Amino acid sequence: MLGPLAVLSLFIGAVPVTLGDFLHDPEGQRLLLVSRIPRTLAAILAGAALAVSGQIMQILARNRFVEPMSAGAGQSAAMGVLIATLLFPATAIWAKMSIAAMTTLIGSLGLLMILRPLPPTQPLLVPLVALIYGGLIEGLVTFFAFQTDMLQFVGTWLTGELSGVLAGRYELLWLAGLAAAACWLIADRLTVMSLGEDAARGLGLNTKVVTGAGLVAVSITTAMVVVTLGAIPFVGLIVPNIVARRMGDNLRRAIPVTALSGALLVLAADILGRVLRAPYEIPVSTLVGVAGAAIFLVLLYRERAHG
Amino acid sequence: MIRIRNVSHKIGPAPILHDISLDIPKGGITALIGPNGAGKSTLLSLIARLAVLREGEIHIDAMKIGEVSDRELARHLAIMAQSTHVSARLRVEELVGFGRYPWHRGRPGPGDRAIVESAIERFGLGPMRHRFLDEISGGQRQRAFVAMAFAQDTDYLLLDEPLNNLDIAGARSLMRLLRQMADEDGKTVVIVLHDINYAARFADRIVAMHEGRIAANGAAREVVTDALLRDVFGTDAEVSLHEGHPVVLV
Repeated sequence: MLGPLAVLSLFIGAVPVTLGDFLHDPEGQRLLLVSRIPRTLAAILAGAALAVSGQIMQILARNRFVEPMSAGAGQSAAMGVLIATLLFPATAIWAKMSIAAMTTLIGSLGLLMILRPLPPTQPLLVPLVALIYGGLIEGLVTFFAFQTDMLQFVGTWLTGELSGVLAGRYELLWLAGLAAAACWLIADRLTVMSLGEDAARGLGLNTKVVTGAGLVAVSITTAMVVVTLGAIPFVGLIVPNIVARRMGDNLRRAIPVTALSGALLVLAADILGRVLRAPYEIPVSTLVGVAGAAIFLVLLYRERAHG
Repeated sequence: MIRIRNVSHKIGPAPILHDISLDIPKGGITALIGPNGAGKSTLLSLIARLAVLREGEIHIDAMKIGEVSDRELARHLAIMAQSTHVSARLRVEELVGFGRYPWHRGRPGPGDRAIVESAIERFGLGPMRHRFLDEISGGQRQRAFVAMAFAQDTDYLLLDEPLNNLDIAGARSLMRLLRQMADEDGKTVVIVLHDINYAARFADRIVAMHEGRIAANGAAREVVTDALLRDVFGTDAEVSLHEGHPVVLV
């Protein structure tokens, strides 16, 4: 399903093209190589990495309803880019990215520390606190941006969309994809973590190292997506939840499915965003947000009916 | 043998254990009993290094708790914690399979699979092996967790109130399985039990705890007495003997 959708994505955009243009017209080939292929790859990479990072975050926070993009990590990444832009305006993109990854890591660590003392008997408390935490950081970001006349820039980091993706401006997302792939390598460890801290240590797992590795992966993913596309919420929330319903939480089996489904969701939303108001575009984060909020509500009610 | 020497423990400012010294010999079933708050679970989690030992020493054979690595200890001692509430959606056979994790660290071999198969069969989990943990009954789930601990293939097996939420059939069959593991596989089982009658019926030794101290230690007949119920449990229930086993008449 991802294949046909990816091909479709190549043909949709403000400039109409046909297969013949891609094959014979040099202008068409340039369009394909510079814009359409990078954009399609960006959607696939970001979707896959975001979905996997959500799955990891849910294990680390021991709660199904947490997602890094809305729970402080995404906002911390925006804060990082803002700090980098304000303090070192001339610095290279990779330096901004490193600063964003650092602030994201700090932001995620902070979230875990806040969530730890919450009673496990109140599962809905965790997403609420996480949302408030994310909102607080976003408030701070907006405040500093307002003070420094940077509001417009911050807007592009807080609203993810792919219209700006061109060859040479999306390649950081491969790092996010790599981080997600690395999670698959330690999938067994992460699944053992999901049995709970005591059970995991009883099985001889070094829970601190695994938590650290998971947090680093989540932070890299989130920071890369925010720096290149902007924040895309809900992918990390709904995709892992639906995958867990259908095939369980054994991550060795689940992570590839999660990655594929996340890629599908973001790519489909991006294509839809290009079509609905063509030749204008609807940001992918808006479309995913609207669909995601609805699905999130359904999930919450289903969970309560089960519990 | 588990050697416990001069162990004291506090949770926050509250003292939980006072200067406990105890030997739990190798083999058989040792039951820890006592009223709520006596410190049984705390002692068990100290032995299993889940709580940090601050005062005193615990040795398991030649391994010293606090010095031996989690990974090494996981091959000698399995712990089934009190709350087996797991939010992860895992299939029964996947859960049991993770008992092998200390041995294969993610790459199960044919030997690991054979042990998992025998655990699934022994604990009667075959018919539900492909079901998710949240789709089976509490008793079946409890059995799956014990099967996972069994698959861990350790000399020592620690269980914290495994009979919680089990009906009488489930509780008896679980205790019989533990008895079998002690008798046929030579495992050392240490179990925290709430129900004195189960301890008296199935355990070789009973350690009674009271307010963070050892109140009695020995065979069921020596430990489970009218005096114990009065002094330790604060109730005047009577103890009667049935085929050599003490029975508390509730």
